Amino acid sequence: MTGAAGGLVLRTEELKTFYVLDAFGTEKIVKAVNGVDLEIRENEVYGIAGESGCGKTTLLKALYSAIEPPLRRIGGKVFYVRDGEEIDVYSLGREEKRRLRWEYVSYVPQGSMSVLNPVKRLKDSYGDFLESHVAGKTRRDTLAIAREHLHQLGLPPKVLSAYPHQLSGGMRQRVTIALAALLGPRIMIGDEPTTALDVIVQRGVIQLLKSIQETLKNTIVLVTHDMGVHANVADRIGIMYAGVMIEEAAVERVFEKPLHPYTQYLIESLPKFGDKSLKKSAPGSPPSLAELPGGCPFHPRCPHAMDVCVQKMPDIVTIGEDHKVACWLVEGDRDGRAA
Amino acid sequence: MDALLEVKNLRKDFAFGSLLSRLRITAVDDVSFHVMPAEIFALAGESGCGKTTTARLILGFEEPTAGSILHGANRKGRRRKREKVWFTQGVQAIFQNPFETFNPLRRVECYFFETVHNYGLSSGRKGAETLIDETLKAVGLSFREVSGRYPSEFSGGQLQRVSIARALLTKPSLLLADEPVSMVDASLRMSIVNLFKRLRDEFDVSVIYITHDLATAYYVCDRIAVMFRGNVVEMGGVESVLMSPKHPYTKLLRASIPEADPSKKWKERISLTDIEHEEYLRRGCRFAGRCPEVMDVCHETVPPDVDVDGVQVKCFLYDEATMRTKGREGAADVG
Amino acid sequence: MRVLRDLFEDYRFAFSFTVLCLLLILALLSAFSPYDPTFWWHATRDLIPSWTHFLGTNSKGQDVFWQATYAVRNSLIISVIAGTVSRVIAILVGMVAGYRGRLTDRVLMFVSDSFLVMPLFLIIVLLAMLVREHMNLVNLGLLLAFFGWAWDARVIRSQILSLREREFTQTAILSGTKTMRLVMKEYLPFATPLIFSTLINNMAWAIGMEITLAILGLSNMDIPTLGTMLQWAISYQALLLGWWWWLLTPIVLAIFLFVALYWLSVSISEYLDPRTRIQRVGAR
Repeated sequence: MTGAAGGLVLRTEELKTFYVLDAFGTEKIVKAVNGVDLEIRENEVYGIAGESGCGKTTLLKALYSAIEPPLRRIGGKVFYVRDGEEIDVYSLGREEKRRLRWEYVSYVPQGSMSVLNPVKRLKDSYGDFLESHVAGKTRRDTLAIAREHLHQLGLPPKVLSAYPHQLSGGMRQRVTIALAALLGPRIMIGDEPTTALDVIVQRGVIQLLKSIQETLKNTIVLVTHDMGVHANVADRIGIMYAGVMIEEAAVERVFEKPLHPYTQYLIESLPKFGDKSLKKSAPGSPPSLAELPGGCPFHPRCPHAMDVCVQKMPDIVTIGEDHKVACWLVEGDRDGRAA
Repeated sequence: MDALLEVKNLRKDFAFGSLLSRLRITAVDDVSFHVMPAEIFALAGESGCGKTTTARLILGFEEPTAGSILHGANRKGRRRKREKVWFTQGVQAIFQNPFETFNPLRRVECYFFETVHNYGLSSGRKGAETLIDETLKAVGLSFREVSGRYPSEFSGGQLQRVSIARALLTKPSLLLADEPVSMVDASLRMSIVNLFKRLRDEFDVSVIYITHDLATAYYVCDRIAVMFRGNVVEMGGVESVLMSPKHPYTKLLRASIPEADPSKKWKERISLTDIEHEEYLRRGCRFAGRCPEVMDVCHETVPPDVDVDGVQVKCFLYDEATMRTKGREGAADVG
Repeated sequence: MRVLRDLFEDYRFAFSFTVLCLLLILALLSAFSPYDPTFWWHATRDLIPSWTHFLGTNSKGQDVFWQATYAVRNSLIISVIAGTVSRVIAILVGMVAGYRGRLTDRVLMFVSDSFLVMPLFLIIVLLAMLVREHMNLVNLGLLLAFFGWAWDARVIRSQILSLREREFTQTAILSGTKTMRLVMKEYLPFATPLIFSTLINNMAWAIGMEITLAILGLSNMDIPTLGTMLQWAISYQALLLGWWWWLLTPIVLAIFLFVALYWLSVSISEYLDPRTRIQRVGAR
């Protein structure tokens, strides 16, 4: 468990980013992120769970301000909170954004090969990287820094002389994470960093992330559809469905007392060792982000759907300490934000 | 009861490299197991363990370097050159990625009609449609929903069901499912996995379930074989193997699975190997490089298969002869 | 048709389609020609364009316009024969080599590669000289087809090789599909854009070769084609004598034909590309 979660480190307000596609005259709008309010705190591991096609990868891109057409920001804001001051990310110039990247917020994608230059040895990649962010260091200095950094993380410094393809998938991923942590960023964003990896290797990679977090005392935003990974490493989880956050709470709460019907289905359907009782899935299938149903996006599959669910998107409600749900079934302190 | 499928000492070598430097990797090494009728049997392991190669060998897409595969009727084990195993033995397969399973440019129903036509399952269009509709209903779909549509018009879960339905058309006795739910969303997995259970209970279909997801394997399978770098290291009832693993690799695997329960987090830090293909080339036990309980003999000789309470384990720790010469208590006594 | 409407959104297709239609009409008009194209002196020589002779007359006393209709028709016939026959050969060779592999593949690719490295031009010239008397439209088309398949056979083969590794091949095999049918039904749709664009490129190449052979004096000069028209104009010094209508007609027609064929091939193959096709299926 991390220490007391302090102030915020990242905040979004009504964030909306859609893909606007135009293929042979037919226009299609994919509402990948459809009004998301997030408050991510210092010194925590925040997990974002959800299935494929729920918009979580797009949300990450928006948080990292890596938005390119056909993805467009339709509305809302993203704030980084630095030294108590809020910075509106989308109002920054290119140079400022560049400096923020990797120093304040860094990104670990799913495939490590997209970060590492395949024709350069790792030490050159690390070297280039350090040189473009830290002025006045010679190549020897940067190499020493890199070696020390890897050593501290428990990775063999000899990998620096290798090319990316010579390393195994797990090692590459760990090296990429080490690269992302090199400048001690306040936020590290991981997009399914372990999805393509084997179980044992996954454990090593996740443990590396955890040890980085404990050392730097920063924030890690981890996106994965694997609830087991969240259970092991996250402090708080946000569940995403069809472009909106439908539930958010401390990890124990989500597993013990999920409030949203979708989360309930999700938790109940997870297979557990020692439990051979019948597990059931949610009926139906997730909606296409291009053709969302009106009102609450889950209502076509929800066994408790009411009239209001079909008409209006539920407000976000806070229950007790820190448990937020977007569902008409749940009563609590309303957040006052209408759909 | 006779086994439906028997695999004996199966071996498959792959050779890489040029004329000057050839590397021979044994992807499947002396693998033996059997599958009974109406049983769900898991072949589990991480990537590179040989489970997919074993599946291809069983289906006949590759030729084994040594060993034999015996199907129910064809006990002799030697297949005539042109005979296709699925055609005569009622074996079908389902693959991991439903969107790759079907040609994106063809309507999904084409495969159904082709199957009906090629296997002579029904005559005339009407008869074929009825049969296809029945089979689709068994997986929770209908012909009306499927007719005229291309693979991209379905969701992953639906398309996987369609794939299962196609495999069921010929009323196979054995179904090979290669990671059937790994690409399906978590909230929909169970419905497909439950489908396999129904097939076993209602239609007497056996399933060889190939996966790296041990949690789902625990839920759905009856027996399991854990593979590591081409060997079967532990095989037995899924309750014994997964709840009280004996082989050090199985123990490590089981402990590394992130459980969906915040109270059961990983305890220790582990260290990972850097170079994987070295493990294929070991003389003795392939796991000797990482095993926390490794002994000298492990590096020299391949361990024997020992039976421990109904579970077959490939490890010297359970071999009484070895343990006695080591002057230690046999691990079988310690348990 | 929906397909046509989609295609017409691409200006290249619209242009090429229109031009080709016009050229086709021109070719069909040859059936109504009042003059036999092989006869000379049916009009006064070297007249500039006028209402009686739309494009003037040439030094052989023939009406240039009606000659042009025959020329376009014949050139198109040659290129269509060359293109389709070579496609058929390329598809057969490429598909069999790609799917069967091993010895069949080696042998077929050996043959195909031999055709590729041969100095095609010299051999065609040689053969043309030999069969000059028997050279008619069909024979010329077949001669060109015989040499135009090797490149595309290899391209189609590599397409098949990659498709063979995809999972739906296994599904088709498990459905009991036999080899030939599998290749035709499963792989051909992927190869279609390839085949189509190479067909059109091949047609353009055939026309070009025909013009070249004609200018070298190796084809039958009695049959009016774009090449022979040009050759006659050159040998009669049309450029120096300022009889632009005779010289420009085959040149302009040839240019339009080449551009139209090229743009047609590019726009249609973009439309048929499996990746965009799949996107379109989803977008509907």
